[in-house]
Amino acid sequence: MINVIWMVMIISGIILAGIRGQPEIITQSAFEAAQAAVKYSIELIGIMSLWLGLMKVAEEAGMIKALAKLLRPFTRLIFPSLPQNHPVLGSILMNFSANLLGLGNAATPFGLKAMQELQEINKNKDEASEAMCTFLAMNTSSITLLPATIIGVRLAAGSANPTEIIGTSLFATTIGFTVALLADRIMRQLHR
Amino acid sequence: MASIFYEISRWAIPGLIFFILLYASFKGVKIYECFVKGAEEGFSLAVKIIPFLVAMMMAVSIFRHGGVISLLEKYCGGFFSLLHIPPDILPLAIMRPLSGGASLGICTEIINTHGPDSYLGRLASTMQGSTDTTFFILAVYFGSVGIKKYRYALKVGLFADIIAFLASIFIVSMVF
Repeated sequence: MINVIWMVMIISGIILAGIRGQPEIITQSAFEAAQAAVKYSIELIGIMSLWLGLMKVAEEAGMIKALAKLLRPFTRLIFPSLPQNHPVLGSILMNFSANLLGLGNAATPFGLKAMQELQEINKNKDEASEAMCTFLAMNTSSITLLPATIIGVRLAAGSANPTEIIGTSLFATTIGFTVALLADRIMRQLHR
Repeated sequence: MASIFYEISRWAIPGLIFFILLYASFKGVKIYECFVKGAEEGFSLAVKIIPFLVAMMMAVSIFRHGGVISLLEKYCGGFFSLLHIPPDILPLAIMRPLSGGASLGICTEIINTHGPDSYLGRLASTMQGSTDTTFFILAVYFGSVGIKKYRYALKVGLFADIIAFLASIFIVSMVF
């Protein structure tokens, strides 16, 4: 599926730019995007290192294990395939909390760490495990309490009430999150 | 309510660093050595995702700048108007799962053109705040651990995005 979508995006972009007689737009945007990708990951190195360092300290102190144990009643429901009190639950929770608070650049390191830990217990290293699919369903539709960036944009645009969209976002995001978890559950059963 | 969330968000990171380091010291963890050991992984993990980022961002950028979105807006706008979906919001709905940066740009444009307190401005804000970049996250997260078969993850993510999009339209037209 990803192969098809990837191809459609690129081919349709090139054809349309060609029809408009502006193929150089494609050249420029492809090169710029490639550079932006590397720039993003270079910037990520610092933040990644910071959070992975802190995670290690928390892990060593037994905090992650304790957290995973505390949350076991909930995670057993959402991640039935994960072993009891596995530390990956700590990373998943940290990722979820960071998304909840709108702290995007803390969410990515925790999320990638969680994926690594999920991969360690994945039997088929090529293929997404059930727990990975659930984690990503949670992650891509994660509930946001504070859409900080967009409030900033509204403030800058002179809104009379920049924060009035918190309630509506919370509603939409909760619906999306619930649907994602349900859809994941149904698909999991179908793909067994 | 907004100010409570704001305060929590503001204090979350300083509080977390403070608490982790203090607690770990009490537990007798050599916090400095331990931090450095953990941080080592940051470099390899960040570098590992470069190929996936390049592939994804290149495709999204070509798609966006090629002009597909304005074409869709022009020819499918009527159809979506019938469903009470304003055509101006389509570019945002299409770009939102693909790229955080591009969708924020489109959202800002809508807010600045139509005003933050207009129906479109509120709708764009709600949509931007309520879903995440599904494609980007899947490509990077799966890529970082070498997963090639996504199974049903993409379908679930996109389905949830569509539902969140419809929920945004519903709630914004109900509340405001």
